[in-house]
This record gives sequence, C-alpha cells and structure tokens, in this order.
Amino acid sequence: MLRHILAAILAASLLGLMAPHPAAAEDQTEQNHPYEPPPPPKLKWSFAGPFGHYDQAQLQRGFKVYREVCANCHGLSLLSFRNLGEPGALGYSEAQIKALASEYKVQDGPNDQGEMFERNGRPADRFPAPFPNDNAARARYNAVPPDFSVIAKARTYERGFPWFIVDAFTQYQEHGVDYIAAYLGGFEDKPPPKVNIPAGLQFNKYFPGGGNSMPKPVQIYTGLVTYDDGTPQTVEQYAKDVSAFLMWAAEPHLEERKRIGFQVMVFLIVFAGLLYFTKKKVWSAVKGHT
Amino acid sequence: MSGHATYQPTSPFMKWFERRLPIVGLLYSSFVAYPTPRNLNYWWTFGGILTFFLIAQFITGIVLAMHYTPHVDFAFNSVEHIMRDVNYGWLLRYMHANGAAMFFLAAYIHMFRGMYYGSYKDPREVLWILGVILLLLMIMTGFMGYVLPWGQMSFWAATVITNLFSAIPGIGEAVVTWLWGGYSVGNPTLNRFYALHYLLPFVIAGVVGLHIWALHVVGQNNPTGIDVKSEQDTVAFTPYATIKDSFLMVVFCILFAWFVFYVPNFLGHADNYIPANPAVTPTHIVPEWYYLPFYAILRAIPNKLMGVGALGASIVILAFLPWLDTSKVRSANYRPLYRQFFWIFVIVCVGLGWLGSKPAEGGYVIVSRIFTAYYFLHFLVILPLLGLFEKTKPLPNSISESILSPAPAASVT
Ligand code: HEM
Repeated sequence: MLRHILAAILAASLLGLMAPHPAAAEDQTEQNHPYEPPPPPKLKWSFAGPFGHYDQAQLQRGFKVYREVCANCHGLSLLSFRNLGEPGALGYSEAQIKALASEYKVQDGPNDQGEMFERNGRPADRFPAPFPNDNAARARYNAVPPDFSVIAKARTYERGFPWFIVDAFTQYQEHGVDYIAAYLGGFEDKPPPKVNIPAGLQFNKYFPGGGNSMPKPVQIYTGLVTYDDGTPQTVEQYAKDVSAFLMWAAEPHLEERKRIGFQVMVFLIVFAGLLYFTKKKVWSAVKGHT
Repeated sequence: MSGHATYQPTSPFMKWFERRLPIVGLLYSSFVAYPTPRNLNYWWTFGGILTFFLIAQFITGIVLAMHYTPHVDFAFNSVEHIMRDVNYGWLLRYMHANGAAMFFLAAYIHMFRGMYYGSYKDPREVLWILGVILLLLMIMTGFMGYVLPWGQMSFWAATVITNLFSAIPGIGEAVVTWLWGGYSVGNPTLNRFYALHYLLPFVIAGVVGLHIWALHVVGQNNPTGIDVKSEQDTVAFTPYATIKDSFLMVVFCILFAWFVFYVPNFLGHADNYIPANPAVTPTHIVPEWYYLPFYAILRAIPNKLMGVGALGASIVILAFLPWLDTSKVRSANYRPLYRQFFWIFVIVCVGLGWLGSKPAEGGYVIVSRIFTAYYFLHFLVILPLLGLFEKTKPLPNSISESILSPAPAASVT
C-alpha cells in the first residue's frame, strides 16, 4: 500500500512538473523571445581550489587593464591604494604604492579658509570615484556603471541541478569571474537573428537578456593596453586578467583564508580521530558496546 | 534514576561555598552524574551541537556588532569594512553567516530525530513545544540577521516578508507600517531589526535553559523508545555522553570549516553583494535555504491570506504533534508503517525546499501544492490514523536487554 502512496505522489508530481508552463504558452504568441545567454565557459584560475593563490603578475596586468580602461567609468570605492601592497595582494612595495597614489588627484578639505582643495593621493586614500554622483553617470550612459569593489562576488550564473550541489564538493566558487571574463569578451556588434535589443543598448552574448548599457570596451578589443611581460594582448587575456584582479578586489583575504582553512582542517581531522579512539576506549568498559 | 554519586565538595572553601550557592552541585548532577540511556546513538548528539553553535554565534556575533553600523547609508560598507580591514573580520563574518546555516541544519536533524523516535510523546510534550518555540525564535533571528548587511536580497527579503502581514484583514496595512516604522522598508526598519537580532539570541538562550531543564526532569528518550527501568539501562553523562558528543561535534565542525574556508559564499546569494536599491527588484527573490520549505508552502497557495496562514500553520502544527500522533509506541523502530511514512515525510520536506528555490510558476506550483497538501495530511490524517490501525512490533523488556540480546523478546508488552 505504501509503495502505492509513494508512487502516486511521485506520479502526480511528475505530471505537475510537465504541466504546460503558462509563461511559455504566452511566449509563443509573443514575437520576442527573451534572450537566454549561454553559460560562460569555465576557465582555469590560479586562486581556485583548496590551495589557490593569486598570480601576482596577473593581478598587476589586470590592474593595468582596470586603470586604463574600466576606471573611466567604474569605481573601486572600498579600496585604498595601500591595499595593493598588502600580503596576498599585488606585491607592490611601499615606494611603488606611494608613487602610484600620487598619480591620482583626490579632494580634501575644508582647509583653514574653509575651501575644499585637490592634492596628490596618499597610500591611505581610497580610489577616487569616476563620477561626482550617480546622475552624472546616468546623464552620460543612461545607467550607473556598478562599482567594482565586490563585483566578482556580486555576479553569478545559474548552475542548475545537480551542478549546484556538486560545486559545494568540488569547491567551484569562480562563478563571478567566469561570468565577468565571458562578458568582457561577449560584445558582438550584431545580435543573433530574432533577438531584439532595445535601441541604445549594446548586445552582449553573456548578459542576461542580451541588451546592456555598457558600450563595447574597444581598447581591449584592439590590443591597446600594453603588457611589458610578453603576455599576449588579446581580448581573452585582458578579460581574464582584469577578472582575476576583480576577484582579488572582492576577496583580498582569499589566500589567508585558504591557508588557515587547511591548517584548521588538518587539526580538526586529527582531533576527531583522537576523540574517536578515546570514545572507543571509554565505551569499551560498557557491556554490549564496542 | 538515582544512585549516581552527587557532588561532594572536598576543599573547605568549596564546602563553604556550596552551602551558600550549590551551583557546582547543580552542574555536577546535570552534566557529570546525570544518567543517560546507554543506547543513545549519534542522532542524540545534535542537541549538544546546537548548544555549541549557539555559543559560537554569540561570540562571533558580539564581535561583529562592535564593527557594524546599523544605518542604511553605512551598513553595507561597514560589513565590507569588517571583511577587509578588521583583523580576521572575514573569518568572523563567514563563521557567523555559515554558522547560522549549520545551526539550522543541526536543528532540522535534531527535530527529525525527535520525530523518528517519538521523543515528543508523553512525558516530553513540554520539552518538544519548547523546541518548537526555539525553532520560531531561530527563524525570526536568522531572518533579521540576513537583513543587516543591507544588500539587495536583505532589502527585498525584508520587504517581501514584512509585506506578508498586510494579508491580515482590516488592520494589515497598519501593521506593516508599524513594523517598518515608516511607509517602506527603511532606516527605522534596519535599526529595529538590528536591535531585535541582538536581543532574540538571549531569549533563545533562556528558552534553551528551559528546554534542558525540562529534559532533565523527564529524562532522555532513546532508540527503543521504552522508559529507563533500572540503573543498568543508563550510563553517567560524563564521560560517556560527553566524549560521544565531543566526537560528533568535531566531525560536524569539519563540515562547518569546509563552508567557512573553502566555499563561504555557497549558501548565500550573489545579489546580496549588491548594495540595497529600492528602485531595482532582483529577478528572483529567494530566502536562505533553511526557509525554503516554508516559502514553498507560502507560494503554493494562490490566496495571500491563506498562504500566510498555511505558512504559520506549517510551524504551529508541530506544537500539536504530541497529540496528533495517537500511537502509544514511541520509536519508529517498532512501527513498521510509521517508519515508511516518516521517510516519505522527510522526502516531502526536502522536496518542498527544492521547490521553494524555483520560480513560482507552471509545474512547480502544482507540485508545491501536492507536497503542501501532503505535509498537512501527514500530521492531520496519517499520524492520527496510524496510531489506531498500525500493528507494532514487540518491544524489548528493557534497554539493557535490547543491547545484550538484540533479538526481540518473546514476551510482548
Ligand atoms: C536552539 C536550539 C536548540 C537547542 C540548543 C537544543 C538543545 C537540546 C539538547 C542539549 C538536548 C539533549 C541532547 C539531545 O537529545 O540531543 C535536546 C533534546 C531535545 N530537543 Fe532540543 N534543542 C534545540 C532545538 C529544538 C527544537 C527546534 C526541537 C523540536 C521542535 C527540539 C526538541 C527536542 C527534543 C524532543 C529533545 C529530547 C530528545 C530525546 O531525549 O529523545 N529541540 N535539545
């Protein structure tokens, strides 16, 4: 009887799941199919996995791309220049950071006269914002370019069953960077047939819905950012490097986290083993227990 | 359940002190000499694990509170400040966020254990109801905690959940305005959620005290579900239960550490790393995984008031479990039919959790309805009837007999 109840629940559920989707039915009458982006390719990242660590040269290249291209529109408001030289970061020396900071102009004040003034940046200053306020950005691009401080953790893509469970075991956590790298290389001048992109938007193969307000970053499509270390100056490489840099910006303590994590794991496993044998010993005195 | 040694102070100071405040004696009789059934399995270690996580949440939470700013303009950035600048702030925050998830996981295992072994039955009804109250308090605390980082999911979860109260006929809108402290979720809402998120754990701690008190009055149930009959059926809490609890607690911490150190954002939502923006609604507003079964029940019902009612009923009905289950036999080990229905119920709960994460459309809604109906059917029809019709297996004469000669005794109780 029980088998039957279980079977009935299962059968009813399957029928339910197969029931026509009201939204799908509507779509057929409509002309526009909402554009469904493909999943971004899974790239290899030095910081993935239990022993992951950042590749300093890659972070430095990514920072260069950020400065020369993205920083025109995207802020890094939560980061200070000094962060670039911290352990597990880009590996810059104190002098390098000082020099770098002084290339920026930051607003300070008010001074004794009550005036705001500009001065050269110092290591403790935050990265200055690209726009004075959101409306200034909106006036120019019809949208506010998101800040980049945590963007690598603020973006993801749907993994679906069973992958979202598998990811917990394989420690796949790079959804954000995979998406960003794919997105940067995903600008196409023409949308595929049947995909309508509203006027004023730019088609991007990986952007949900397809149409987005960011113009194609031409500099990275034409190799305009120079790499001094011989790394190829391709869209894919730029995209990957700047994504890695953004991962660091979002998770500056990743290396420390994984390093401590390993130590904690070893400790817990050994401790659990010791407790197990102690428990066995203690209980061996009780009749009927092993 | 006497016969175990009580605390005998040896030093003159302790003798003096114990005559004035016998607290060491109380601790001794509760956590050292306290007799526990000798056949408890690992499912009985989760109460201890819960206590451990409650303490861990207190410690990490209080330090986080020292660095957090409950204001709509600063909350998000203050959390990022913790993650970036506070010494080991990332560790504290990831422990607190994932610790909440572990807390719920342990609580659900703890509850299913109670359901399987009939731990809610006479004389443990009050103990069980205190547990249901703890679950309610945990749900509220977790929800308000999730709002604090003031990301997109924080803001929209707060909006969706507080809006549920608007379903109350007549006064709904007024209640919602009162909850918000304004006409939308805003700074007053964040402030009161912070105050309550700090307060409720202390209430939880108090109720845990009552829960353990009640437990120590009626004694622990055990896998056979039969009462302790003699001293032979028990062992002292220390060292037997303490060592077993400690072992599983450390094993559970391995799981915890896996999440904290390797996949700290797995259980969260990427959208919550976007600062709250009342002008932009996320495509899917999804609660934390531990609320998903209840969320599925809420959305299964087309009428808002009824949906909210079903959501509330799905938790409140647990409090009536001791009377809805009519069987005199406690443990599912001796209830062949109930045992199968128990596992179907577990599958239905997990299934509801999965459905809660899916958009409320098409086939998902239909299956959510079937599962919701089954959830209530389990309590309102299956359990009352099973007790009347089920043919249970013979119970052993005593706990020690069940261990020393595992075959069911010939003589039936
Ligand atoms: C803050 C959360 C909770 C804490 C700290 C807690 C703590 C404990 C502890 C230490 C025990 C004794 C050890 C054990 O049996 O595992 C226990 C037993 C018990 N708890 Fe909880 N508990 C919590 C939540 C709940 C909930 C949500 C329920 C059910 C709705 C519940 C129901 C029970 C029952 C029925 C027992 C007796 C089990 C038996 O002896 O068979 N508890 N709890």
